[in-house]
Amino acid sequence: MGGLKDKLEAWVQERIDLVPIREFAAKKKVPQFVGSFWYYFGGVSLFLFIIQVVTGILLLMYYQPGAQTAFESVRFIVVKVKFGWLIRSIHSWSANLMIFSVFVHMFSVYFTKAFRKPRELTWYSGFILLLLSMGFGFSGYLLPWNTLAFFATKVGTSIAAVLPVLGEPMLELLRAGKDVSTATLTRFYGLHVAILPAVFTVILGAHLMLVQMMGMHEPEGWKSLPAEKRRYMPFFPNFVLRDLLLWLIVLNVLAILAVAFPWEIGFKADPFISAPAGIKPEWYFLFMYQALKYFPAKMGMMEGEAVGVMLFGVGGLLWFLVPLWDTRTPSGARNRTITWVGLFVILFIIALSAVGLR
Amino acid sequence: MEPGVDQNISRRSFLNNLLGIGVVGWLGSVLFPIFEYLKVPPQSEAEPTSVVAAKFKDLKPNHSVVFKFGSAPAILLNGPDGKMRAFSGVCTHLQCTVQYRPDMQKIWCACHNGMYDLNGRNIAGPPPKPLQEYKVVVKGDDVIVSKA
Repeated sequence: MGGLKDKLEAWVQERIDLVPIREFAAKKKVPQFVGSFWYYFGGVSLFLFIIQVVTGILLLMYYQPGAQTAFESVRFIVVKVKFGWLIRSIHSWSANLMIFSVFVHMFSVYFTKAFRKPRELTWYSGFILLLLSMGFGFSGYLLPWNTLAFFATKVGTSIAAVLPVLGEPMLELLRAGKDVSTATLTRFYGLHVAILPAVFTVILGAHLMLVQMMGMHEPEGWKSLPAEKRRYMPFFPNFVLRDLLLWLIVLNVLAILAVAFPWEIGFKADPFISAPAGIKPEWYFLFMYQALKYFPAKMGMMEGEAVGVMLFGVGGLLWFLVPLWDTRTPSGARNRTITWVGLFVILFIIALSAVGLR
Repeated sequence: MEPGVDQNISRRSFLNNLLGIGVVGWLGSVLFPIFEYLKVPPQSEAEPTSVVAAKFKDLKPNHSVVFKFGSAPAILLNGPDGKMRAFSGVCTHLQCTVQYRPDMQKIWCACHNGMYDLNGRNIAGPPPKPLQEYKVVVKGDDVIVSKA
């Protein structure tokens, strides 16, 4: 068998020079320290994204958009199709875990200041991937066309409309009309299965390429450590095998969640019934939903909600641009302000989510 | 300065500008139809001015019904006082559909805990405006709601 493998390698080598790739793989290494654990979350996010692509394609085989068919086809998948309930449940659970993992990944990069020079572009592309992931979540939520999804989309898109000038056109662009209707469903479907995947894949490719080009980030103060204290782990095969083991664990957790707590289908959306009591957005939108509740109806000339939405916009933009306002980015020195800001953001998100969950 | 060289540079920049204008024009001619395509054409739907919302005998005092009025939901409620009132069912906050809470004797929106009194006035929570009120006429057993 070894002969065949050698022959195959020789065949490829004659056509593509594999030596630089091998050298690159042999040189790639990962710093080993207390925080090494956090390095795994990028890989976990990637793994969950792959699961989303596979299960998403499987769901596509049966799903039919449209007010008369969407809910029925999801019910068909769950009730009639063999393992349909499992595929659908995994898709929903994996979506949530992916958002969670992406958040953990982002905060770990933030606190280790891995966004600093030369990795600013990696940070920017990662932030865009986070926004796209939330877009996936928001658009995918509507597709089963159930009551919760219908009203969540109504509220979510209405929030866009509170913005001055651009709000109304944006609302109509999102909804494909003045109201959430079957046209909205078609549009979200196109967004969820075509536009977002295409854009996401391109940016993910760039993100991963940047990670490879720059190598793993080394923590602050690493350079000043004596050489014998700087321990590394080879990326191939040591880190990759650990990665794979963790992926296996994640897959098992996912399977347990999907089987033990199958995702519900709810009730079919009806535009002419009242919004049900206890209606809430998905957990990763909860902190914004809760925060907006605290804004008064009017703040000066503006609607309180518009002020809130704009504050979140500004906050998000500042977060995105952190490599620019972290004044110690170029020198790589410690910056405690960054850490405090990050801790505040985490506490803010956790506290408001907890209040919103009640 | 040699006039010939100068002329060459200006010819190049002239052509570059021309090319730039061409690119912008081309982009515009591609993007404009896409943008226009994404705007949904207005559909001329005959909006009814009145509708039979419920049967009188089906709607007990302190109860309500949400019904379809044209393309939007509306709510008809028989108040605790036995008086029929009808409003737009669309919450003035973020457009969820409201419901009547017999326990509170208020119109309530579940999405953000908005509250309206029996006259549709916004009294608590985030709704910025009262609900639009409709006219209610009882004809025989039919409760007819119309836009006033």
